[in-house]
Amino acid sequence: MALLELRDVRKVYHLGGEEIRALDGITLNIDGGEFVSIIGPSGSGKSTLMHILGCLDTPTHGTVTLDGTPIQQASARELARMRNRKIGFVFQFFNLLPKLNVVQNVELPMIYAGLNGHQRREKALKALEAVQMGHRLKNRPSQLSGGQQQRVAIARALVNDPKIIFADEPTGNLDTHTGEIILELFRSLSKQGRTVIIVTHNPEIAAVTPRRIEIRNGKIADRVDARLAGLEKTALLSHSGHDTTIAPA
Amino acid sequence: MNLWNAMEVGLKEIWAHKFRSLLTMLGIILGVSSLVAMSAMVTGMEKGAREALVAVGGLQKVRVEGQPVPPDQRHLRDFARGVTLSDVYAIQGSVPEIEDVSPEMRLDTPPTLTANGKFTRTFMTSGVWPVQLEMMEHKVEHGRMFNEVDDELARSVCVIGTGIRDDLWGDPEKTGEEIIPLGKTISVNGYPFTVVGMFEHYESEQEHRERQIRKAEEAKRIAAGQTNSAAGPRRDRGWNGGGRRGGFAFWIKNHTVYLPLNTMWVKLVSGVTNVPAEPRLSNLEIKIRDVQNLNLALTEIRNVLMINHHGVEDFAFRTQEDWADQINLYIKNARLSGGLISGISLLVGGIGIMNIMLASISERIREIGIRKAVGAGGVDVFVQIVVESVVIAMIGGAVGLVTSLGLLQLIAFVSPTDNAPIVTLSAMAFAFGASVLVGVLAGLFPAVKAARMNVIQALRYD
Repeated sequence: MALLELRDVRKVYHLGGEEIRALDGITLNIDGGEFVSIIGPSGSGKSTLMHILGCLDTPTHGTVTLDGTPIQQASARELARMRNRKIGFVFQFFNLLPKLNVVQNVELPMIYAGLNGHQRREKALKALEAVQMGHRLKNRPSQLSGGQQQRVAIARALVNDPKIIFADEPTGNLDTHTGEIILELFRSLSKQGRTVIIVTHNPEIAAVTPRRIEIRNGKIADRVDARLAGLEKTALLSHSGHDTTIAPA
Repeated sequence: MNLWNAMEVGLKEIWAHKFRSLLTMLGIILGVSSLVAMSAMVTGMEKGAREALVAVGGLQKVRVEGQPVPPDQRHLRDFARGVTLSDVYAIQGSVPEIEDVSPEMRLDTPPTLTANGKFTRTFMTSGVWPVQLEMMEHKVEHGRMFNEVDDELARSVCVIGTGIRDDLWGDPEKTGEEIIPLGKTISVNGYPFTVVGMFEHYESEQEHRERQIRKAEEAKRIAAGQTNSAAGPRRDRGWNGGGRRGGFAFWIKNHTVYLPLNTMWVKLVSGVTNVPAEPRLSNLEIKIRDVQNLNLALTEIRNVLMINHHGVEDFAFRTQEDWADQINLYIKNARLSGGLISGISLLVGGIGIMNIMLASISERIREIGIRKAVGAGGVDVFVQIVVESVVIAMIGGAVGLVTSLGLLQLIAFVSPTDNAPIVTLSAMAFAFGASVLVGVLAGLFPAVKAARMNVIQALRYD
């Protein structure tokens, strides 16, 4: 059984009497340990998809199963619990709390997991070591560079030992070099066996992931746009399975 | 999310906006301090009033006074002979519930007392039996009370309170020496009376303490070689209320002059024209054995008097119940009005907290979004906001408790009262509890708002 299973997922918004179908019948499986990128132009519905996959939102129609638990009907409290235990988020704008220092930021998810202070400190230090930020524990986010902030954010995402890591444009706010380093970090996480899902419209990032899912007009595109997927030169397209997947470049 | 964590975050928030938090707390500080100060002042007043009540004999005392006949007995008014000594004997003989009866005879107009070249007037000049001493809780400190023989022989003797001594011979605190006028002569409406005794000085505990302090300071000044702090020649600076401090009850007690009842009648009353042949008393003081039996005793006394007065109801009862009730009512009203003011202040403080919490959550929409994204549930966010609100209120409350002491000093300075305020622990606990409650209530609405915030919109918020 796949880690994430979506069956005919629809998400409909009503905006001033007008019906907007952000997602229009998405069916998709993501297995444990996969390294996936979700690509698509702005307004395609890829953010909505990520919200649903990340338990930030529930679909209007269809079923979503995360690690064997159906979440399409889950209450806000259950969703919060899922986010806390099974999911780690990395955002484009890092989203660290400016008033807390590095360790406190990383400890944040564990506070809601109910760990005591001692356990929190221990695990936070370990996670920060893993992203090579063990030397800036007492700094505030504003005292760190963008790349350093994103490392802290990754440490925060990892600290509750989640099954899936979602990254929403994780390099969008970084320079090319730093972006590469962060991307390398995700790759190594994937190699350690974690499921990593990156939402991006950056072709260079999409090119790194073995599997790419392109969303267009709320649906999974039959063919991955080669330019979007960063595959223009290689253009090795293949059609396998229900969703469009591209063999590693 | 444990409470300690929420508290830590709350304290950090307060510290991050020091000035804003202080302004917010101000309402609570004022509310709590006014609540404590008000309660302390009312408690002080209550204690003073109860002391005064005890000073005049407490609830056990009943007074029988002469009264004009009621309208439906107008045709009988020629038979009304007022309260007389025969009533005293009748009550003594027929009412077992009473401990004692003491007749009192006063002049219609306060007599002029002259001695030492000065004069004074007091409506507390009365002819009494020696038993009046116990009845009115008097204590003779110097000399003696007149006795039955003095009364029987209508001797011209009197016992005075310290207030009379102060008026005629000078206040020891002002003159510096205490005169005990035993054996001296006071003329009452022109008739000479020998002072055979003087009561002790009556005062409230508060007044007593103040006097001790003044005395100690005076001694210190003298030790330091300064004789008198006031500059220039000695002068009377006019009425300053000094003579009447410590409550009216104590003032009256100190301005008492007792003459033997018989002397009063023979020398001062019967000489006046148009008086009835039988000595008419102004009132009877009756002490009941047990307050529990007050109603029974009153009924019995009334029955005895009605028989003695041939059915003419030319007398009335006055008990201290009315006074006790008045004290209670007054205290209740003072509590209520003070509580209302403090309550409004706390309410305003609560609105201030709610306002600032609403401002705080709209500043922290993104923070709330992040907390929710990493797993904070609605309950966690709710608790967080309520705790922050309570922390503000609690700090405000604690500061308010401290300020209340200062506020009391300020009130005492601006308008000194006879009754020192009494700060009770229960009042402080109540005020603090009220501030915590206000914190919880003020936090509820912002907390619900924050808890219901949509996580996706909150994360996108700039």
